[in-house]
Amino acid sequence: MATKTESLTKETLLDWYHDIVLIRHFEDRCHHLYFEEKDPARKITGVYLHLATGSEATHVGAVKALGEDDHVITAYRDHGIAIARGVNPDRVMAEMMGKRTGTSGGKGGSMHLADRDLNFWGGYAIVGGHLPLAAGIALKEQYVKSGNAVLCFVGDGALNNGYFHETANMAQVWKLPIVFLVENNLVGMGTRIEESSGQTNPIKRAVGYGMKEGPSVDGQDVVEVYEAVKAELDWSRENGPVLMEARTYRFEGHGVSDKAFNAREDLKGELAIWEARDPINVLTARIKKKYKDVDETLAALDAEAVRIVDESVEYAVSSPAPGYNDLIANVYVGFEAGV
Amino acid sequence: MKNLSMRDALRAALHEEMVRDERVFIMGEEIGKWQGTHRVTRGFYEEFGAERVRDTPISEMAIAGVATGAAMAGLRPVAEMMTINFAFLAFDAIINHAAKIHYMFNGQITVPLVVRAATGWGNQATATHSHTPEPIWAHFPGLIVGCPSNAYDAKGMLKAAIRDDNPILFTEVIALYPKPSPIPDEEYLIPIGESAIKREGDDVTIVSYGRGVEWALEAAETLAKEDIQAEVVDIRWLRPLDMSKTLESFKKTNRCVVVEESLPHYSFGSEIAAQLQEAAFDYMDAPVKRVSALDVPLPYAREIELMALPNAAKVVQAVKEVL
Repeated sequence: MATKTESLTKETLLDWYHDIVLIRHFEDRCHHLYFEEKDPARKITGVYLHLATGSEATHVGAVKALGEDDHVITAYRDHGIAIARGVNPDRVMAEMMGKRTGTSGGKGGSMHLADRDLNFWGGYAIVGGHLPLAAGIALKEQYVKSGNAVLCFVGDGALNNGYFHETANMAQVWKLPIVFLVENNLVGMGTRIEESSGQTNPIKRAVGYGMKEGPSVDGQDVVEVYEAVKAELDWSRENGPVLMEARTYRFEGHGVSDKAFNAREDLKGELAIWEARDPINVLTARIKKKYKDVDETLAALDAEAVRIVDESVEYAVSSPAPGYNDLIANVYVGFEAGV
Repeated sequence: MKNLSMRDALRAALHEEMVRDERVFIMGEEIGKWQGTHRVTRGFYEEFGAERVRDTPISEMAIAGVATGAAMAGLRPVAEMMTINFAFLAFDAIINHAAKIHYMFNGQITVPLVVRAATGWGNQATATHSHTPEPIWAHFPGLIVGCPSNAYDAKGMLKAAIRDDNPILFTEVIALYPKPSPIPDEEYLIPIGESAIKREGDDVTIVSYGRGVEWALEAAETLAKEDIQAEVVDIRWLRPLDMSKTLESFKKTNRCVVVEESLPHYSFGSEIAAQLQEAAFDYMDAPVKRVSALDVPLPYAREIELMALPNAAKVVQAVKEVL
């Protein structure tokens, strides 16, 4: 992998750094607005908020490997993927706050961000439910012989769901152009992979479907993720599905309801090890190894990210809430809601 | 004009739409090389090829989910569930995904999907293979649910469904597959959400859909011999539900019997009765009577299976109770 990195420009690496710190600040701000914010007009409310803190390199590296006409789809931990794909953070934050200007008009919430114009098909909140949708999108691309492919994020926990079994098999039978990227953070909600999976190496599951066993990459290293996902996407365009893995970690609990995860004494040591492999540190080290005198540039990018997040909050706060007409709109195409 | 069975009318509808629009393709278990379990897709594999006639593994979640994804991306899939009983395995894909995606993403994404499924009780098919569960599916906003009562309606309704931009569950009563109707040579569509008067009468309104319409019409003929004229409304689409013809009829007859092949609790009949009392209480001369399947799982033995199911005689009896 290291040799290929030489072809990446300074501009590209800085661009990725920008996105990674932007997602980190965005998620930290969401955490703050949910737990600490006192002003009800500025609070993020609701029962669900699944932060991507710790997984930014996996999200950014994989999404940057996509071509403009390729597709990406994921589960409910979707904020980072949306931002990496280029969804305006203003609209993402507006969706967090349930505003009319949000990506889903305030009707989807944090788990259901999408931007059809960017081929970002959304976050989905039923574990595994998005997997056949991903295969269906891939089927369309195969049907029209476009050469476009689909990147489908899938959590390690979702591999135990029937949707994965049926979709993996059908995708392989039909040789659909899709990369299943297992975002392996070692835990599904609160249950560890070794407590939930007979086969703890996700990629080995491919064998059962006759599918290509793709690589297992360091999910904390944006460059390694990018190179591997790009190669597998290109392979899938011609040859069919791939199952690959990014080894990553969740610095926060499963969601805002999860107070137990970070309090687990037995995981303290593990968390510390992964925090030392923070995606921001890993990329910073890469950049500094190759380029001198970048401290000011990186600091400026960091400040820029904070400014973007600040603006997104102000945009969201000043946006209107949806109203009754929004409530009853888009139940059907061409038919009124039966209210 | 020629007589076609409902099976062949559906086949003609699918065929015409596949010829008309290359985005239309079909997928399901045994629909291709096997020629379709109910022979609706007979000859399609040979004519359209494996790309557009896609035999699938036995994977109902993936059949519904993959078809949903293909629809989101711009194709117009017609997915077949061999029977509605197996569609229970795909409940999440259809209800939580196909039916919610347009709303959940605020209209950005549309799901022009048709899921066809054979429905209704068969001959001793027993408890797990005898469901007529359209009302359950029709409970959820975002999904359209249709069930034709004859070959003519089947053709026009299926063509309209394939051209529509919403996710649609289209059920086909197994017992009606062989029954013929005259089918015009020229193309016709039956609009979604349009019910129909299938027989005119002034004395009582019988409301039904699917197989129940056949029992209602048979009962109406029997009643006519006693000079009781029943008006029969075929709802055709359980969602969106068109109550206009039912209400108009009820305001004339002031009495109503609802016939459903499905179960009585939280049912089609419950919904029609509730809407009638809300919208036309002042016109009500008798309680709305429901003729439903008995509230038990269906057994194997023919004698008791038939006891559990509605029929024309039970409809006749119910009408006499409301007169």
